[in-house]
Amino acid sequence: MTQIALTVNGSRCEADVEPRQLLVYFLRDNLALTGTNVGCDTTSCGACTVLLDGESVKSCTVFAVQADGSEVTTVEGLADGDEFHPVQQAFHEQHALQCGYCTPGFLMATVSLLKEHPDPSEEEIRLALEGNLCRCTGYHNIVRAVQAAARAGA
Amino acid sequence: MIPAVFEYERAGTVDEAISLLGSDEDAKLLAGGHSLIPLMRLRFARPSLLIDIGRLDDLRYVRDDGDRIAIGALTRHAELVRDPVLAQHCALVAEAAAGIGDPQVRHRGTIGGSIAHGDPASDLATIVLTLDAEFVVRGPDGERTIPAAEFFAGMFETALARQEVLTEIRVPKIPAGLYLRVGRRAEDWATVGVAAARVDGRVQVGLTSMGPTPLRARSVEDALAGGASPADAAAHTADGTTPPSDVSGSGEYRAHLAQVLVGRALEQL
Repeated sequence: MTQIALTVNGSRCEADVEPRQLLVYFLRDNLALTGTNVGCDTTSCGACTVLLDGESVKSCTVFAVQADGSEVTTVEGLADGDEFHPVQQAFHEQHALQCGYCTPGFLMATVSLLKEHPDPSEEEIRLALEGNLCRCTGYHNIVRAVQAAARAGA
Repeated sequence: MIPAVFEYERAGTVDEAISLLGSDEDAKLLAGGHSLIPLMRLRFARPSLLIDIGRLDDLRYVRDDGDRIAIGALTRHAELVRDPVLAQHCALVAEAAAGIGDPQVRHRGTIGGSIAHGDPASDLATIVLTLDAEFVVRGPDGERTIPAAEFFAGMFETALARQEVLTEIRVPKIPAGLYLRVGRRAEDWATVGVAAARVDGRVQVGLTSMGPTPLRARSVEDALAGGASPADAAAHTADGTTPPSDVSGSGEYRAHLAQVLVGRALEQL
């Protein structure tokens, strides 16, 4: 076991983990943060996207030990109390979800995108969300939501 | 899919990584992990010791070094994409990095990891081979430089000795270069990729996924040097290649695709 200490959604946590434990399972199983979903399990679908030191990563392809000393933000860390994060609000208003399974990953990928490119074009949005798959194929509304979030200054 | 059990050590310096590599012959270096971790999850790779060099931030840089650009091995793809020195003097590297995986992958994957992995489908490996890059590697006996042409030894095999760590990639400043790749799906590996660049007054051409290693299309280059038109030179693209047949396409299809892409690249260069 290896001891790690990291900050998750603003709270400091320390744990002994097996080196082979993936970050997504650490978040879900050890911290009960089950908003981060496991989809494809093969670095393709992006359902497990979280922010690692502010940048989007697929948490199924990061060992928890690699996050030692880092800051992790999951979908649970977006809202401010009962108030949606602007990206969540935009997804809500634009109906950017159908079954919702991919949504936490899309939200986190969008937060990361808008941090790097506050005013992306539609094409840039589609390319930047290349690593997130929606099996309900709700892409048009997702893109509209990202545009709305950008306009709202998310 | 859970990887097999392994020991984990985080190296604080390159020298520490070298010494840890000496402690276990089944040890592997972990940089961004975006080639290695998927293989470990499939248990195609089962290192007994993982040496994490991902925090060696002194190997994250892009530096103007006279007529060359020095790139630290742990520079991430996303950093290559937005680097001003590369944009000015070797945009080919940045453009190829921008096509790797997706943003999440580019936030983690590193140029050194991509090259040291020795995957014939690696876009950046083809780019550095096309550019005649040099690799600085450090081992127990000090540092040496390996030309890209001698680095890629076979599928997932490189000229790195067991205790050597790739620390820097040196690429020339070039006036023009481009990389064309065709993948079947979003975020997919290239079915075929083609790099073309002007290096020291000569046109150099490289191929992705056309054999067990990234390849140079030497017959194309020689034909061009002899005055052949782009189309005539491109007809030599598949000379000496052994393109694989797999789910992304047959060898025959790849050979055809590569020739078309080389023709286009030479027209556009």
